[in-house]
Amino acid sequence: MDLNYSAEERAFRDEVSDWLRDYLPADLRQKVLDYQHLTRDDLQRWHAILALKGWIAPSWPQEWGGTAWSVVQRYIFEEACGYAGAPPLLPFGLLMCAPVLFKFGTQAQKERFLRPIYNGDEFWCQGYSEPGAGSDLASLRTTAVRHGDRYVVNGQKIWTTAAHIADWIFCLVRTSPATERKQDGISFLLIDMRTSGITVRPLILMDGEHEVNEVFFDDVDVPVDNRVHEEGKGWTVAKYLLGHERMNTARIGTSQRELGRLKEFASMQSKNGKPLIDDPRFRDKVSRVEIELMALSITNLRFLDQLRGGRAPGAEVSMLKIKGTEIQQALTELMMEAAGPAAQPFAPVAGNDRFDRLMASLAPRYCNYRKTTIYAGSNEIQRNIIAKHALGL
Amino acid sequence: MNFDPSEEQRLFAASIERFVARDYTFEARRRIVASHDGYSRDAWAAFAELGLIGVAIPAEYGGLGGGAVDLTTVMEAVGEALIVEPILARANGARFVARAGTAEQKNSLLPAIAEGKLTMAFAHSERGARYDLAHVTSRARKTAAGFAIDGEKRVVLHGPCARMLVVSARIAGDETGPQAIGLFLVNTDEPGVSLASSRTLDELRAADISFADVRVPADAQLGEVANALSVIEEVVDYATALVCSEAVGAIRFANSATLDYLKTRTQFGVPIGSFQALQHRMVDMVIEYEQAKSMASLACAAVDAETDPARRKRIVSAAKIRVADACKHVSQESIQLHGGMGMSDELKISHTFRRLTMIAQQFGDADHHLERLASLR
Repeated sequence: MDLNYSAEERAFRDEVSDWLRDYLPADLRQKVLDYQHLTRDDLQRWHAILALKGWIAPSWPQEWGGTAWSVVQRYIFEEACGYAGAPPLLPFGLLMCAPVLFKFGTQAQKERFLRPIYNGDEFWCQGYSEPGAGSDLASLRTTAVRHGDRYVVNGQKIWTTAAHIADWIFCLVRTSPATERKQDGISFLLIDMRTSGITVRPLILMDGEHEVNEVFFDDVDVPVDNRVHEEGKGWTVAKYLLGHERMNTARIGTSQRELGRLKEFASMQSKNGKPLIDDPRFRDKVSRVEIELMALSITNLRFLDQLRGGRAPGAEVSMLKIKGTEIQQALTELMMEAAGPAAQPFAPVAGNDRFDRLMASLAPRYCNYRKTTIYAGSNEIQRNIIAKHALGL
Repeated sequence: MNFDPSEEQRLFAASIERFVARDYTFEARRRIVASHDGYSRDAWAAFAELGLIGVAIPAEYGGLGGGAVDLTTVMEAVGEALIVEPILARANGARFVARAGTAEQKNSLLPAIAEGKLTMAFAHSERGARYDLAHVTSRARKTAAGFAIDGEKRVVLHGPCARMLVVSARIAGDETGPQAIGLFLVNTDEPGVSLASSRTLDELRAADISFADVRVPADAQLGEVANALSVIEEVVDYATALVCSEAVGAIRFANSATLDYLKTRTQFGVPIGSFQALQHRMVDMVIEYEQAKSMASLACAAVDAETDPARRKRIVSAAKIRVADACKHVSQESIQLHGGMGMSDELKISHTFRRLTMIAQQFGDADHHLERLASLR
């Protein structure tokens, strides 16, 4: 057993870190560190820098621009980006739509969609959840009725992240209303967000942020050519994709950076005339999170080592989602606690020029991060997966 | 032993419930918090009319002469409906005047507070103080005519709508010692007072308030207390007990909304409340509620009747620790069990989450009170 990276892996890590130090724009990094909202332009700018370097789509096949890195190198790269404070790019095109196209897409679909995803010219969003279909995704009711070489789509999606800045949406829709298993009547469609009949309505979260939306489809016309895989095989595509969605959720690098930030922040707050970080009660809470993160980083490496040996990722990946999100939430909670009474202000009222925006971002951030144990398969669903697939319960 | 509310408390609770159902629905509240002042003068007048504001003001000054126990049902209603009007800040202001004021100050101020005409806020917390009540660096310098006050107070809740502030300032001594803290009544329109206002996470209004050579007459000092720290501790304990009751009401709402959701939300063809994993979590939330309610009752009784300050502090700290834990547990679970809907600004539950999050830290988080409890053993 050797818990360390090999010499080559260490050299690779240094190469990535050095490059990030030189090429990650300081203003974007600062926005990430200060928990500021990232615009589409911000994301596109960072996307373009990575694309120019050839590091935007490491997991893609090499002929489409992939880097041919090992799973360990990919992990090292992801964690280094998180640790450095690089803007987290939207996964929907690069990490979700693209793998689906590689696996199930036609040549024409690959040629039409992959290049704009690679270049960051087209942003994607994911049309999965519906008001009546969250954890029970297969009960979705958005319909696509075929008329010759077109589908007509009607229905509603909800919690659609980035729909308001996306050019395309990949959607699960019901093409056969009466199948014995509800999973069987579902198809996977690629839909241009500018098609008439699509309405995007913002859903404001409790921290006031606009991240997610409702997307309404009213007689939306979609070419049959935009269906991926066979009609009625959308669930197969979705299941394939779920594995991809959960690969990066532990976010070790980001949490390590946040942990450092927490310690630094807590050393600047004072309690009883001493830095808060020296307060045993607070310090112990930080240590508990630090230990949990330390354990998870090794657990993550153990899983990677298994993957490297050729074993398919199993239900254990769900554990990375559960622990990773719990750690992220604990870190936001401790930041808010560290701020003490100064965590209360949320927004300035006109004429207030003394408003401290960083302080005021901590409690909203704690609120916002409650979503992490709900989205991408709630942590309850993740536990169901472990119970069923890993433990046979 | 009798845990039933008195007839009077029941009537209060019923009249608030009627008022909330008619005039303080969640949609009405949404308009109120978005308004210019962030609170409703009409609602405030209605609360005064109902007698809520005078409950805990001595009878000889136009109130009902009650205590924290008598305010329990009021504060629970405040928590349940997320009422943003400054009921707690006024109760505090009245308590300061009643505890420390001269006969003249009581005569001139308490009836006005009872009628809802005088709006007050407590300007105490400073940068770096965290929850330490003795940390006062603001200064009150004696002048020929009275005092000159300098200093800066942070996050004064309900400060923007207050006409009069109770300001703590050091008359002598070093920055953090327990001695020589005075309390002063300062009008917010006094020259040298400047406010920088903000909305808080839980949709209240607060102000950072600076005092630059603010001249007040000698009779602006509240009472003739050489050291007001014990008064401050007593009033903040009183406010802490009241906010524990507010938390109980907010937890009650969170639990009932979550239970309702578990029963009505269907997935996989059944209500999600039929899943045992979720049932047990709902049960734990109910247990949290019961334990929090017990400790809030204990704290309210203690601030009314306990004459030994150390015993009072121990009980109030114990209550705040338990209630803060319940606030965190129930608020987090209520959002999780609501799923995505819980994250939405549209639902009241996310606003209750925000208030419970802030109550957990208000007047000291669990760590602060654990430390105080340990120091009193």
